[in-house]
Amino acid sequence: MKLDIILAGVGGQGILSIAAIIGTAALKNGYYLKQAEVHGMSQRGGDVQSHLRISDKPIHSDLIPMGECDMILSVEPMESLRYLPYLSNKGWVVTNSKPFINIPNYPELNSVLAEIKKLKNNICINADDIAKEMGAARSMNMVMLGAAAAFMDIKVEDLQDAIKEIFERKGEKIVEMNLNAFNKGLEFSKANK
Amino acid sequence: MKKLLLLGDEAFAQGALDAGISGAYGYPGTPSTEIIEYIQKNPLAKERNVHREWSANEKTAMETALGMSYAGKRAIVTMKHVGLNVAADPYVNSAFTGANGGLLVTVADDPSMHSSQNEQDSRFFAKFALLPALEPSNQQEAYDMAHYGLELSEKYALPVMIRFVTRLSHSRSGVARQEVKAENTLKLPEDKNQFVLLPAIARRKFKALLAKQADLEKESENSPFNKYIDGKDKSLGIIACGLAHNYLMENFTDKECSHPILKISQYPIPRKMVEKISMECDTLLVLEDGAPLVEEMLKGYLGNALKVKGRLDGTVPRDGELNPNSVAKALGFKETELLTIPEIVAPRPPALCVACPHIDSYNALNEALSTYEKGHVFADIGCYTLGFLPPYQAINSCVDMGASITMAKGAADAGLYPAVGVIGDSTFTHSGITGLLDCVNEKSNVVIIILDNHVAAMTGGQESSAFGRIEQICLGLGVEREHIRTVVPLKKNHEELVKVYREELAYNGVSVIVPRRECVQTMAKRNRSGRE
Repeated sequence: MKLDIILAGVGGQGILSIAAIIGTAALKNGYYLKQAEVHGMSQRGGDVQSHLRISDKPIHSDLIPMGECDMILSVEPMESLRYLPYLSNKGWVVTNSKPFINIPNYPELNSVLAEIKKLKNNICINADDIAKEMGAARSMNMVMLGAAAAFMDIKVEDLQDAIKEIFERKGEKIVEMNLNAFNKGLEFSKANK
Repeated sequence: MKKLLLLGDEAFAQGALDAGISGAYGYPGTPSTEIIEYIQKNPLAKERNVHREWSANEKTAMETALGMSYAGKRAIVTMKHVGLNVAADPYVNSAFTGANGGLLVTVADDPSMHSSQNEQDSRFFAKFALLPALEPSNQQEAYDMAHYGLELSEKYALPVMIRFVTRLSHSRSGVARQEVKAENTLKLPEDKNQFVLLPAIARRKFKALLAKQADLEKESENSPFNKYIDGKDKSLGIIACGLAHNYLMENFTDKECSHPILKISQYPIPRKMVEKISMECDTLLVLEDGAPLVEEMLKGYLGNALKVKGRLDGTVPRDGELNPNSVAKALGFKETELLTIPEIVAPRPPALCVACPHIDSYNALNEALSTYEKGHVFADIGCYTLGFLPPYQAINSCVDMGASITMAKGAADAGLYPAVGVIGDSTFTHSGITGLLDCVNEKSNVVIIILDNHVAAMTGGQESSAFGRIEQICLGLGVEREHIRTVVPLKKNHEELVKVYREELAYNGVSVIVPRRECVQTMAKRNRSGRE
């Protein structure tokens, strides 16, 4: 078992909480894990990424080799394209379609989405709107994680358990909300595979 | 014992605590910050009351740690690579004084400059100072080296450097702990001359340091962190230092490497191991995540010593961090075809946060200076360096901690008017105070803007050593009371800010303006923690 994921987004969008949940589920299965994060200057509204590596064998590099990434999981559409050289030819791009525009030269959204649609394996989901409709705007991340779960070699139940574990201290309501968001994302991917 | 999932920085911090340190000293700087932050939150550190406050700068941190070592207790000092430049004076001299209690100098380098102004390689400092250095290649080694390094430090009575790089500092993995040791008891050095570097004593100490080098080499040769892995194909031998070893092995996850490999994670260089690989192999490939330190030594200045490939002949890129792909290329592996980044993808540089106080400070400064041509503003290291980017384009320099004030003074000395320095509160207490004293002593015609947001914001909101006392510090240095102006950088105060800037620009002497408003990130964090 080997699962290399690049988590992508903009500083402050909270990609690390997605990583924490996948990581918790992986450790429960006794897998090895390495996760490289970005701290410092880039966190101030710049592009950020995290390399998450999970395997049943010891992992050497903290960075995913280019051309070997199994999934780019992006919470922002343009950011999903920035790491394409890492994607393997069998890899998936699972991305939020809602742009985060904090630069004056952000490209035409339709051309960004068109580039994503060109990819062999892609899922494009408006996670912001889905989360908002559920009255859980801050759970956009969990919608994305759910959407990605359809293509991961990790059991859905293990990811759900990890969500419970991570959000437990924030109360039952928050756990429930995040689980619902996760399930919505998962349903979307299953229907649009 | 259950493994802990820790960043490289955190693994080292846990290791140091478990090895019985009594003090951790440092100044925040990416990628080293998380070491002290981890210790500040750690229950064992609280229980033992391990010293864990931030120091004013890396030099004071290094000296304080040396003082703790003098008293016989174990200490660590942490900094980013450029911080070692600030601490270089005590670091280099500590090789002569030596240590009493174990002392680890932990320096986190930033190859590829993810969050730094250069990518200098700290191993050069260790070599220069003739001190041993350890270079962990993974999180477990980062933990284990804290124990090992402190033992080594006490065995040779020398400070030991631990060199991190960003990709290890900020990457998480499972770490197993060792037994928790007790702290050292207070014990003064047996040799009362040990820490007195008068020339006559220093000369003796230097000879003693030189005499230790052979033993330090032997330690490296027997180090559990240096490994010689034999291979049949001697046409090439590979030397991989620190993290480079991971990138090498990543290329052999599904096959054996047929070439001999020497992994180096302890310095001075293990001479006998290097001799062996160079005698046995026709050519050497040297992989280092940083500058070509080992490569240059082996190649020789004229390049006629050994056949060596690496960064110097272009086998590996001369600058930037390594990665699995650059190492694959150096090994001559076929490159796989990669997807390309579509042209429409625009760069997304970091930016000042929404409602950041620096925005209001810069907007007012730009307006106050609008009657002059560009090129009058010397800035410093911090979030406000982002004022260089559009739409502000407000600053003209960013060099090193404190250089805003002194460069403004130098330019004013040259006749530039106006000459404006922009510096943050934490950077000011780190290295700006002495520069301002120079200005006061010569009544230089400068305007120094000290942006007080209460914290070191870029590194995540650590407490600033200024603690809101900027005005008192400036008064103490001799800045005239009527030319220390405090303002609140808010949009609604724009006109007032512009007026204050203009008045002080018109004054021929030293002016200090203190725009004071809390960092929006720390304010949000404070509000969140207040709610929970």
